[in-house]
Amino acid sequence: MSNIDLSVDICGIKMKNPVIAASGTFGFGREHAGYVDLNRIGGISVKGLTLEPRAGNKPPRVAETPAGMLNSVGLQNPGVRSFIREEIPFLRQYSTAIIANIAGNTTEEYCEMAEILSDADIDAVELNVSCPNVKAGCVAFGNTPQGIAEITSLVRKYCNKPLIVKLTPNVTSIADIAKAAEDAGADALSLINTLLGMAIDIETRRPILANNTGGLSGPAVKPVAVRMVYEVCQTVKIPVIGMGGIFSGKDAVEFMLAGASAVMVGTACLVYPDACIKVCEGIEEYMRRHGFERTADITGKLVLNT
Amino acid sequence: MSKLLKEEIISVEKATEGIYRMTVASDYISANAEPGQFVNIKCCEGVQTLLRRPVSICSTDRAKGRYDLYFQVKGAGTKILAGKKSGDFIDILGPLGRSFDLDIGYRRIAVVGGGIGIFPLLFLLNESKAVVKRSYLGFRSSGYIVLQEEFRQKSNSLEIATDDGSYGMKGFVTDMLERDILSEEFDMIYACGPTPMLKKVTEIAKKHNVRCQISLEQRMGCGFGACLTCACETRTEEGGSQFVRVCADGPVFNSEDVIFQ
Repeated sequence: MSNIDLSVDICGIKMKNPVIAASGTFGFGREHAGYVDLNRIGGISVKGLTLEPRAGNKPPRVAETPAGMLNSVGLQNPGVRSFIREEIPFLRQYSTAIIANIAGNTTEEYCEMAEILSDADIDAVELNVSCPNVKAGCVAFGNTPQGIAEITSLVRKYCNKPLIVKLTPNVTSIADIAKAAEDAGADALSLINTLLGMAIDIETRRPILANNTGGLSGPAVKPVAVRMVYEVCQTVKIPVIGMGGIFSGKDAVEFMLAGASAVMVGTACLVYPDACIKVCEGIEEYMRRHGFERTADITGKLVLNT
Repeated sequence: MSKLLKEEIISVEKATEGIYRMTVASDYISANAEPGQFVNIKCCEGVQTLLRRPVSICSTDRAKGRYDLYFQVKGAGTKILAGKKSGDFIDILGPLGRSFDLDIGYRRIAVVGGGIGIFPLLFLLNESKAVVKRSYLGFRSSGYIVLQEEFRQKSNSLEIATDDGSYGMKGFVTDMLERDILSEEFDMIYACGPTPMLKKVTEIAKKHNVRCQISLEQRMGCGFGACLTCACETRTEEGGSQFVRVCADGPVFNSEDVIFQ
């Protein structure tokens, strides 16, 4: 017997549980489908899409770091049209929310993708304005309140799906950026994207990544991410999806107590293909132990020390 | 098809300087693994070494339901693996990746291995139905030679080269391949080892118009095709190039498809 209801509704995105696979760690679900039942995952934010196919960066693209990893894939993807044609039909076999993560070089590219995706069978668009691994565009929009306001309000005009704006932690005040996105029409926010980092092979005196720098993710970033989610949730009224180093239900609950309505699981999906399900089970176990019946009951229930 | 498994370690033993052999019990992997495939191991619970470590499968014993892995202790993860005991359980994903093509038509084969790249080639020799199998192995020096007897038994001939000449021929393993390639009339060359060696084997195979498959190594994230970090540049049919995944589209490639960096 269970009276626990894990379902969530994030700005109209209805999910059976609050655990979403984070963009770039789950491809389009095909690889993970061999290990886990995708029906048990709340949603999937697909590999970052661009208007045209992208080859990505030269290897090496990954370096392990203490309790984390750096990556510099560089948005390798088949392009938004191929995604609609080849991947949505596959994903739609499963009962899980499809979130299309999009990245552009110019505002026009973002708008065109949002327009194309408005006719597609997806549940939401996630605006990637914070990828640290591509040289032009993308990252610049997410770095300032003005930049994020501009891109969000423009894409909003072309996007008839719930619009999630994904925030970068590589800024001075993430709360200011979050507020600007909310004011410009974002329906929800997701954070944090990876922290810009570098790892050096001291024998060769060269960075391990061919791209020199990359995005840091994994448990190493979790305390930073929890703090940022907390700050953002104090500032905005729209729902926040928290992420950054979540490997367990306990990790996820930290983000939810800090104010997140749902969570994304990224790096853990690379190590444990069934990570999303384990995280979900952990959240349920916590709710049972504390007598919470609905996921929303945890959100923002942090008690600050005085 | 690869599975997420918890498997019991039968033994961990030092094979030679810095190289360990781990025997793992698994009916599933011993029954399903093919030469060239690998397993991806979580060395410890928790985040001390976060990512899995890919290790190629060296041999399988289907009757006993076990398989052997050889690995070099290079960092924290492999050091933990070397310290595992009989009876410990480890978290394994496998078997993973594209295997060597062992077409029955390849009657005369050469296997060319360098250093820790030799291990999948022993599995290949075990499974290959070729009539003539020539093994060419290269090591830094005599202290690094491993599995010599096994390679000798599984092939018609074995020759060893060392960089310093402390055992066998002094020089590169590719020198021996180049010496024999005309007279041996190989149908297929299989190679695994350091990138400069693979590059040279590819050149030799191309020059003499012999088919060649190479197994590549690259830093991996997930090992099962999702993260796109272990990229390798290959030629496309249209004459361009693309990045493919070493873990899922490889690690074995036709040598002519690979664009070396």
